[in-house]
Amino acid sequence: MHEYSIVSALIGQVEAEAARRHASRVHRLRVQIGELAGVELELLRTAYMTFRERTICEVAELDVELVEARWICPGCGCALARGSLLQCSECERPARLVQGDEIVLERIEMEVDDHV
Amino acid sequence: MCDTCGCGDPNVVPVEVHARILSDNDRTAGHNREHFEEAGVLAINLMGSPGSGKTAVLEATARAAGGRLRLRAVSGDLATERDADRLNAAGVEAVAITTGSACHLDAALVHRALHGLDVRGTDLLFIENVGNLVCPAVYDLGQTANVVALSITEGEDKPLKYPVMFRKADLVLLTKVDLSPHLNVNLAALEHNLARVMPDPRFIRVSAQTGAGVEAWLDWLEARQPVRSGAEAAQPRH
Repeated sequence: MHEYSIVSALIGQVEAEAARRHASRVHRLRVQIGELAGVELELLRTAYMTFRERTICEVAELDVELVEARWICPGCGCALARGSLLQCSECERPARLVQGDEIVLERIEMEVDDHV
Repeated sequence: MCDTCGCGDPNVVPVEVHARILSDNDRTAGHNREHFEEAGVLAINLMGSPGSGKTAVLEATARAAGGRLRLRAVSGDLATERDADRLNAAGVEAVAITTGSACHLDAALVHRALHGLDVRGTDLLFIENVGNLVCPAVYDLGQTANVVALSITEGEDKPLKYPVMFRKADLVLLTKVDLSPHLNVNLAALEHNLARVMPDPRFIRVSAQTGAGVEAWLDWLEARQPVRSGAEAAQPRH
């Protein structure tokens, strides 16, 4: 259940950004979660609904973009098929993960005072 | 207020952040890593299921190292200090991290524990994580390498079920191999499954009971020890 600690860090990050820009409310968050990040999306959403209460995210929607894992060979650059051995069939080098382990806050839509 | 028509809609602006959510943890992990590098210590994040034999492997490691290496450990558990007590009894100076309900160690917990353990003059520091095949893989602690203990009693398909943990592993210790004659487990199939989730699959078959494989494990550790430059005498930084 580390999703709770991830959400707690996420809300802390949003609060810091909002304070820096003197935002009064946050409307929407967009996060990227990689397929191999070790984060269960439903648990993340549940944790978010619990933790957002009485924070600046209280009414903010959470958009989650799932990023598919992609492995390539660092030697010849070819992509490896899903579910295959993580080694290039041509040059036998260990594959490198180029996407799919993200736990990233991408964007915050926040309401800012015109006069600040 | 909306600039276009003055309708009273709030002024909502998109702010691009593109930051890792666990960036605070990453910073603390970086601080721990500096600590370890200054002290010239090899720090191993030892992960695995509850009951996979993490503590038993460390006890066997201490027996085999027989005073040749200075071993220390921080040991995480939800409750009790039993693992740390076992390690101290085996000659590994250890402090416990009791996490309460947290299912993993994070860099700040390790940093606090390091205040109770002098890592100067240590050859190998083991960070024995909370028994769990999921959550610990997500948190950088500042370790030099990740090692996963996987007992052969857990079945051949564990790597495929928990790919995140095994992808992060630099080495897998296949533990309790002395039980192999009593089990219907195909070790070759288990190793093949590791190769489907680990880009550079490395594993050692070990038995804490018989000591089999422990020398190979010590060789793996010693090959990764940092070259000391005298900096290990430096005062710890905080």
